[in-house]
Amino acid sequence: MKRRLMQLVTSILANSYLTGFFRGHIYRGPLKALCVPFLNCYSCPGAWGTCPMGAFQALAAGFSQTLSFYIMGLLTTLGALGGRLVCGWLCPFGFFQELLYAYRSKKWRLPRWLKILPPFVLALTLALPFLWRSGVGMGQPYFCRFICPAGTLEAGLTLLILRPQLRTLVGPTFLIKVAILVMLILLGVFIWRPFCQTLCPLGAFYGLFNNKSFWRLKVKESRCIKCQACSRSCPAGLVPFIEANASGCVRCLQCTKVCPTGALTFGCAVDYAPFRTETGG
Amino acid sequence: MREWTWGGMVFLGIGLLLLMVGLLRGEGVLVLEKGINICLECMGLG
Repeated sequence: MKRRLMQLVTSILANSYLTGFFRGHIYRGPLKALCVPFLNCYSCPGAWGTCPMGAFQALAAGFSQTLSFYIMGLLTTLGALGGRLVCGWLCPFGFFQELLYAYRSKKWRLPRWLKILPPFVLALTLALPFLWRSGVGMGQPYFCRFICPAGTLEAGLTLLILRPQLRTLVGPTFLIKVAILVMLILLGVFIWRPFCQTLCPLGAFYGLFNNKSFWRLKVKESRCIKCQACSRSCPAGLVPFIEANASGCVRCLQCTKVCPTGALTFGCAVDYAPFRTETGG
Repeated sequence: MREWTWGGMVFLGIGLLLLMVGLLRGEGVLVLEKGINICLECMGLG
């Protein structure tokens, strides 16, 4: 409940520039210099901040091919602190997918092999704007342009509704993006966060730090009775008592709630009181 | 069993260092320049 509330508040706050929705333009003030830590398209009429993945690619794709230390530093810092905590607690698009998944229907799990996709998507997202450039020396934000469903929903479709003159620009690329969004929405009813589990480059980046982050899951092996309650409850299809901090874990903490013996806990590794009691540290 | 690893500290240090360098290089302004324009290309339009 606390997590849902956080997700709701963040989603509203990040997209609360209401003038943009009424007038069909975007916020152009100084707050746009700040990157939000989650996927939230900066061309959304309601967005106050800038999407880190979009800005990283846009800077890399320019003539000067800027590698943004600011964005990499911000994401690395947040990753080191909580891994994918941002995905589970703050990301508006993740929240949107969880709302879809809340619809009562048969639920499926993604095949495990699909979970190898995110690192590849991340590598391509970061590298292609530098490497694949036109004759005049410009790259493109390829992930934003061809895939990002958050951008299609928050910016593309919203702006097409608010600014009818833009509709003349709709072409095959945009239609492909809409098809990806529709497919993810449909899958999202049956599969938990399909985009986050397979295609999100930002989640993949944070996932690199899940094992090392300060705030992370801990398993007290002496208490674990291997009852599998955690793995049955994990929406990402992980086996928390074996792979507590795997890159797919978004820290929803469902496993800690269902564990009957309290073997799974979440906390800061520096001052980890529940753990300290047992180890005497 | 260790309660924390050097890995987290190293990543945190690297992250803060990169963030500081980026801010000193004035990358906030570059991000602002990108963020204040509707990027039709980014949306797959045009």
